[in-house]
Amino acid sequence: MTKAINLTLKVWRQKGPEDKGRLETYDAKDISTNMSFLEMLDVINEQLTLAGKEPIAFDHDCREGICGMCGAVVNGRPHGPEKGTTLCQLHMRHFSDRDTIFIEPWRSRAFKIIKDLVVDRGALDRLIQAGGYISANTGGAPDANAIPVPQASAELAFDAAACIGCGACVAACPNASAMLFVGAKVSHLVLLPQGEPEAAQRATAMVREMDSLGFGNCSNERECEAECPKEISITNIARLNREYFKSRFFSNVK
Amino acid sequence: MNWFIHTIGSSIGKKLLMAITGLGFCGFLAVHLAGNLTIYGGKASFNSYSEHLHALEPLVTIAEWGLLTFAVVHVLTGAVLFYQNLKARPVRYSVNKSAGGRSLGSRTMPYTGILLLAFVIFHLINFHFADRTVTTIYAIVSGAFKHPAYVVVYIIAVAIAAVHVSHGFWSAFQTIGANHPKYMPLVRTIGTVFSLMVGIGFGAIPVYLFIFV
Ligand code: HEM
Ligand code: SF4
Ligand code: FES
Repeated sequence: MTKAINLTLKVWRQKGPEDKGRLETYDAKDISTNMSFLEMLDVINEQLTLAGKEPIAFDHDCREGICGMCGAVVNGRPHGPEKGTTLCQLHMRHFSDRDTIFIEPWRSRAFKIIKDLVVDRGALDRLIQAGGYISANTGGAPDANAIPVPQASAELAFDAAACIGCGACVAACPNASAMLFVGAKVSHLVLLPQGEPEAAQRATAMVREMDSLGFGNCSNERECEAECPKEISITNIARLNREYFKSRFFSNVK
Repeated sequence: MNWFIHTIGSSIGKKLLMAITGLGFCGFLAVHLAGNLTIYGGKASFNSYSEHLHALEPLVTIAEWGLLTFAVVHVLTGAVLFYQNLKARPVRYSVNKSAGGRSLGSRTMPYTGILLLAFVIFHLINFHFADRTVTTIYAIVSGAFKHPAYVVVYIIAVAIAAVHVSHGFWSAFQTIGANHPKYMPLVRTIGTVFSLMVGIGFGAIPVYLFIFV
């Protein structure tokens, strides 16, 4: 059933990286509960534009939970209050008439605010770059079963590879740590034979890069796994720790 | 050895230091609690435990220096982690809400930790560095717990220790990478039971001495 609700929004507005920024209040009137959260912001932006004001800048692309572009902290929860969904998959039916909604950007020293709710997540790209390559033969397409992969490993690797790089784990972590992201990336490669040869090199390089980018240290608060839209498990963080220790103490990697 | 310094200086390396020293303290707490239970046997039993313990010299002194080293590492590393984690989010959120991951223990680790440090110093001055030439350890301990203030301070302190360990125990396993689908539920249960044992086991002793001795 379609319903319309009225909301008060407190949105973080910041002109640019150097601006101090502040929360501004907007009335969101007559919002259909069938709308997605981003559609609700579209409506507000339409009104702001018509009134000659600057629309709220926010990131988005696929709007179906697969690209990892969207994201904001809604009432203290990255991607909003629903479990296992991105912000674009959040619907207004989860809010009630006359609710006040606080909308803030991901906050981390490693993510600089570009404008309003848009943050620079380039740090996550640098982590992927630090991870380096895997050994894959070029040339003709290899036989599908040329490299045997146990089904269970494939499943675990795929669970980790479901990470869309949205950065909600960093935003959710009380320490702004990127361990869930790095854990997912290290795991999805190390669980497959194709990622095994460079495993030691990768674990050390990624942790080094992570430390230099200004992320915090994991203290096993488990907020990341609770907020991750892809429900990536912290067992991947334990695997990252194991891979790191193996790399540091038992491999030739300097 | 350069690689070694770099390793323990990394984020995961510092966590490893916390985990090893923290688990070391958990082991110490278990042994300390077992020894303290002899106090229920009365004066002779407790004094004899103390004598037997100190008959193990030089092992006791070695263990004490080991614990002191662990304490310095645990406290300094914990302080660095706390500072770095604060700095990692220079602008805080105006609304903070947990998704259910954090626990009372996990959110208070640095604060329960610093309170424990203060308590450990107080405790050592009271009982460890007390002059035993003219009196016995039993007399010192039972004398102290005649004062209700001491009883209250000790109960609060062991409650804080229990909260610290309730997160610390399983967290240390996760940090060293020992998160296994078959054993993690057991590790978590042991962590909860152990923290309750610490809280109730140590907490009951001052109460017992205050009421019955
Ligand atoms: C009886 C005394 C103590 C015991 C049994 C104990 C035990 C532990 C354990 C097992 C951990 C978990 C390590 C991990 O997550 O890998 C831990 C973490 C921690 N401890 Fe202690 N500890 C004690 C005293 C202290 C003291 C005196 C301080 C500080 C002054 C302290 C500060 C911390 C902090 C800040 C952490 C969290 C580190 C992090 O996860 O980032 N602890 N402790
Ligand atoms: S681990 Fe989850 S929360 Fe973190 S970046 Fe990947 S999908 Fe987003
Ligand atoms: S816009 Fe692509 S995941 Fe939300």
